[in-house]
Amino acid sequence: MRSIQTEDITKTIAELCIKANHYLTPDMASVLENARSSERSPVGCHVLNQLSENLKIAGEDMIPICQDTGMAVVFMEIGQDVHIEGGDLTEAVNEGVRRGYVDGYLRKSVVSDPLLRENTGDNTPAVLYTEIVRGDKLRITVAPKGFGSENMSRVFMLKPADGVEGVKNAILTAVSDAGPNACPPMVVGVGIGGTFEKAALLAKKALLRDVSKGSELSHIADLEKEMLEKINGLGIGPGGLGGTTTALAVNINTYPTHIAGLPVAVNICCHVNRHAVGEL
Amino acid sequence: MEYHISAPLNKEEIKKLRIGDTVYISGTIYTARDAAHKRMQEALDAGKELPISMENNVIYYMGPSPAREGRPIGSAGPTTASRMDKYAPALLDLGLAAMVGKGKRSPKVKEAVIRNKAVYFAAIGGAGALLSKAITASEVVAYEDLGTEAIRKLTVNEFPVIVVMDCEGNDLYETAPKEYACQ
Repeated sequence: MRSIQTEDITKTIAELCIKANHYLTPDMASVLENARSSERSPVGCHVLNQLSENLKIAGEDMIPICQDTGMAVVFMEIGQDVHIEGGDLTEAVNEGVRRGYVDGYLRKSVVSDPLLRENTGDNTPAVLYTEIVRGDKLRITVAPKGFGSENMSRVFMLKPADGVEGVKNAILTAVSDAGPNACPPMVVGVGIGGTFEKAALLAKKALLRDVSKGSELSHIADLEKEMLEKINGLGIGPGGLGGTTTALAVNINTYPTHIAGLPVAVNICCHVNRHAVGEL
Repeated sequence: MEYHISAPLNKEEIKKLRIGDTVYISGTIYTARDAAHKRMQEALDAGKELPISMENNVIYYMGPSPAREGRPIGSAGPTTASRMDKYAPALLDLGLAAMVGKGKRSPKVKEAVIRNKAVYFAAIGGAGALLSKAITASEVVAYEDLGTEAIRKLTVNEFPVIVVMDCEGNDLYETAPKEYACQ
């Protein structure tokens, strides 16, 4: 049994909130660079160049990449040989988000009640997902999610007879409807299988996967490649101003499902597909 | 075409702008997003004055991140304009000359843009760090309690936007993707 203090969790989360909002992961930077060389529209190229310049300014001047610094989605993989000491875990996570967003000059975008809509003033609470895994480590991923793209995300409860064609149509419908609203070029996270909520979580987690690598399942990797081509054939382009780069990547995660169902969730993310990982 | 215009806008000058034109705005513009629009609508419904004049002005749909010491503003890119569709026609009818945001607008907004010979510009979504460099001053002028959603008066210098809906109602988001769509 290994002990981990909640104060260390808080500090790590605060750092990850700030890091994720100022620097993209290398895989995201590389797909954006590739898009700059392949984009056929001059306006599209201009937008991609501006996004590249934006990333440079964000890192150098410590200005958040996007003013929507998101709702903090926190994934925690807790080793089963870890003992957490020093207080309540959820409170420790929220204190980390509070410190990160206040000390890091990040925008406070969370309201306490979805109908009464009063800003909480410190971007708490986080959306926290915990998972018990083997080992004695604690792995934390902070993924701040902006709502321009979150608002365009969808869950489709397809039937088995809809098959892979139904899945393809669902993905294309979601991306097409998202259009310029979701700040293309997008990253498209897809979850297929499980239950209603499991599909949505699979899609969210798909956004965390390396965007420069395909799925380990060959039929899913093929589907990812095919969907990326189809999406880029929609013509929406960077900024929605027309072009051949509508998405930078399509990441699909799957899970077993029920004999009667084929849930498909499409979690759309903009080009600011943010996440930062820390381990204790 | 490329234009350099000053804000508040000259309505005659807007009429020559067409979709796809690149425009650099210098002068004074105002920010307002969801909560500020809701409040302005409530003020209008109650027969009260708006906290800012709409006449010839530009509203930027934006809620910034906090400014670091010595800087006028934090990250400052556009938010999705369609959430303001419910409120925009009334403001356009009061003389609002231009809106800056990102994403598609409703048919009612389009009608109001044509009716009032207004314009809808897009700024690059997700380029908040870059766009912040064109903002030289920022001051909260109304609804301070709304935090990032307060109405701010911004001084901008060569703030880059693209005409996505012109005064005739042409829509770049409709036409531009067709050129690159695979049939």
